[in-house]
Amino acid sequence: MASDIRYLNPISIEIKKEKYCRFKKSGIKYVDYKNPDYLIKFINEQGKILPRRLTGTSQKYQKKVNKAVKRARHLAILPYVADMMK
Amino acid sequence: MNRYETVFILTPVLSEEQAKEAVKVFEDYITTNGGTIKHKEFWGMKKMAYPIQKKTTGFYNLIEFEADGEMIRKLEIEYKRDERIMRFLTVKMENHHIAFAEKTRSKATA
Repeated sequence: MASDIRYLNPISIEIKKEKYCRFKKSGIKYVDYKNPDYLIKFINEQGKILPRRLTGTSQKYQKKVNKAVKRARHLAILPYVADMMK
Repeated sequence: MNRYETVFILTPVLSEEQAKEAVKVFEDYITTNGGTIKHKEFWGMKKMAYPIQKKTTGFYNLIEFEADGEMIRKLEIEYKRDERIMRFLTVKMENHHIAFAEKTRSKATA
């Protein structure tokens, strides 16, 4: 007599989306620090750099992104701290 | 002879011509000190992400040039000395950076 276990809410099976490094896939070799529209993809609403575990980029390109974002911040192309932008 | 790319911001207090003049001063400085200018870009008045020296806009300018290393230190002292310049950044360009710059330039002109 298998006791049927009733769950309060249905268990959500999270389909694991395969993360990939967008730089390796598209073959981009250099992240330009001068155009903000491209860099905006790598920072969140507060202007912080998104971690690798969310974006899935490999270490080599994440370092290039970090360098580019920090240079853009120095030149006031990107803000250090922002609220609800992007 | 390495390849460098320098971006600097001029105070918005200047008029358009004065800004161009200030840029000219640095271009001549680079050429007189043994550098060769590869590419010039004047982005004009742009809004900055955060105020610098209580000003929210500034004239952005980019110069791509070839020079040897010691000249960069002198160039940066010149930047610091000139009070029209609010902020500057000089970057040494590696191969991918150079390839990228050339590709964007050829795309722009094409």
